Amino acid sequence: MATETDHSPGEAVAARIERRWATLSIVIVGVLVGMAAFIGIHQATMPQGRVEIADPKTLHLSGEFTESNLGSEMAADGSVTVRAIGQQYSFTPQCIVVPADTPINLRATSADVVHGFLIEGTNINTMLVPGYITDLPVRFKAPGDHVMPCQEFCGIGHQGMWGKVKVVDKTAFRDMAAAKRRLTCVD
Amino acid sequence: MLTNKRLILSHFWLAFIVFGAALVLGAWQMFVRSPLNTWHFNPEFYYRSVTAHGSAMGYVFPTLIAMGFGYAITEASLGKELVGRRWAWAGFFLVAVGAVVAMIPVSLGLASVLYTFYPPMVGNPFYYIGVVMVVVGSWIWVALMVINFVIWKRDNPDKPVPLAMYANVAGCLLWGWTAVGAALEILFLILPVALGLRSTIDAGLARVFFSWTLHAIVYFWLIPTYIAYYTIFPRAIGGRLYSDAMARISFILFVVVAMPIGVHHLFADPQVGAGIKFMHSVFTGLVALPTLLTVFTICASAEIASRLRGGQGAFGWIRSLPWSNPIMLATALSLVMLGFGGAGGLINMSYQLDATVHNTQWITGHFHLIFGGAIVIMYFAIAYDLWPHLTGRALDSFGMMRTQLWLWFIGMIVTTFPWHYVGILGMPRRMAFYDYANPAIAPQAFSVTMSAIGGFILLLSGVLFLLVLIRGQFGARDEAAAYRFAVPLHMPARIPVALNSFGLWLALMVGLTVVNYGFPIAQLMALSETNVPAVYVGAGR
Repeated sequence: MATETDHSPGEAVAARIERRWATLSIVIVGVLVGMAAFIGIHQATMPQGRVEIADPKTLHLSGEFTESNLGSEMAADGSVTVRAIGQQYSFTPQCIVVPADTPINLRATSADVVHGFLIEGTNINTMLVPGYITDLPVRFKAPGDHVMPCQEFCGIGHQGMWGKVKVVDKTAFRDMAAAKRRLTCVD
Repeated sequence: MLTNKRLILSHFWLAFIVFGAALVLGAWQMFVRSPLNTWHFNPEFYYRSVTAHGSAMGYVFPTLIAMGFGYAITEASLGKELVGRRWAWAGFFLVAVGAVVAMIPVSLGLASVLYTFYPPMVGNPFYYIGVVMVVVGSWIWVALMVINFVIWKRDNPDKPVPLAMYANVAGCLLWGWTAVGAALEILFLILPVALGLRSTIDAGLARVFFSWTLHAIVYFWLIPTYIAYYTIFPRAIGGRLYSDAMARISFILFVVVAMPIGVHHLFADPQVGAGIKFMHSVFTGLVALPTLLTVFTICASAEIASRLRGGQGAFGWIRSLPWSNPIMLATALSLVMLGFGGAGGLINMSYQLDATVHNTQWITGHFHLIFGGAIVIMYFAIAYDLWPHLTGRALDSFGMMRTQLWLWFIGMIVTTFPWHYVGILGMPRRMAFYDYANPAIAPQAFSVTMSAIGGFILLLSGVLFLLVLIRGQFGARDEAAAYRFAVPLHMPARIPVALNSFGLWLALMVGLTVVNYGFPIAQLMALSETNVPAVYVGAGR
């Protein structure tokens, strides 16, 4: 057994092994961070770039989140924008209809407290903070129905705050958009 | 040499009583939201319970453990009586009274805002005042630890500060600074609204302040566990610590990089831009470094102990470890849970993968595995190790201890593995109940049932733990020898000043926090239009 002041060859070996492990650790972390950076730079998935604001006190009066402007909209160039709000304890619209295989811009905010939503079966997952606008580029692979729960505690009715997302065929969506300015699937 | 045994014992007992009560609530929550519960109940009770469980487990229990263990480390490692005994008692009572003050409105249903506060929801002011009292009580401990550190260094200019004390002070500094974020949020944003002085609040800014505390608080919980890995475990199994310097570097890394990473909790939030999120993501990667270093050093220390006992072979030495020793068992189980939990943490760290699991049950499973599993099992080990020295009585129910530790490990795995899985399926967190009849949710029912069963196993283990400690209080009188910490295999001839002091690391800690938090905070403070009306919560509102 080495004594406390013994600078034996063992100590040099111990230090060398330790250095090797430290180097390997740094490489592991470096690779992981590098991967995240690479994917981010290539825009595969990136957080929202800038901070936008919206006053929850006047949402219903003016601006893009007035009730008649909520729902899915198809612009002349074929791009789709969905606008929605969350409030205790529902989403408006409660059922969102979107086309499959189309780039969609999702814009949403909260009318009262902090909410959030995720769309089960996808990696779409974001927060709604009152005062701020959430802007998220999304794309759905195939037609189908998804549940869309609020994933942030928003009060004692939180467990009842489940919306729906209905993904329909591209052409079906185009036909619907030709007939109506803002689309929802609320019955 | 432990002089203030009553002080230390009071901290541990109060911590474990709070833990026991919160554990009962936790098991109840697991049950009521699972398919096992077929009764109707008031969902408000669930959120009330989550608020109490989170506040007790997050703010009160680990803080008391860190404080009590910190006082024990000061006296045992520095070999002298604690300076500021009266202040230490004052801190203890502040934490105890604060916990009661906070829990009264919570149990009356006047502050069901969860322990993460969630403004613009605002509850009864006494809830926040109680939390502030707990934090202020712990700041007294931070000050005392620093004072004892400085006095000892002045009296012993030529000696390195013992590793246990060095690490303990690292934890104190980390906590002292990280608690500032939540303190700013409560004092300047929430309390004025709770007291009725203002009626609007910037929810985005409040979330940024809270994230400052929310991540580094986890490392504050973790520090006692790491101190136990480095300074109790090698001694308890009859070995040596592999490396003293690497241990110090690990604790320093926690001090420096634990803080400027909190925005990873806000990856999905709209009030922080992409650049800041990227910075925090990178720093979150760095914080894996001290854990990777620690896992190596602790495994190597175990190998030293085994070889000293005659362990042979590349892996055969693992069999020769003293497995019947509860500290050995606890550390091994803790490292397994740390491995799984840490891997989950690396997943959460990247924005892209986080998008899939953000605010799902995956996250709840993740932090229960890391905190409730890897960290708390070492709190048990610390108590088992210290108890004979604190009570002056033998603690020899080793069979019970081993059963308790195994039950905790099994319970934690059975609880958290299905919990992670339903998170990947997209099950949202913090909900009082789920409609398992809905075909979209039905596939999650079986996993949630498993988790609930795990919760009951954990409860059983918790009861067993308290029984061991109570038996220890009434055991045969047996004056334990002086309390010792592990000795390094090769004590370096001299320790660099940087590894024996905190000046540089404190400057880096504050500097990096300012760099990574300065811009989002300044930006949001400049935006006055984002103050939104508060939503008061509470029964009768």
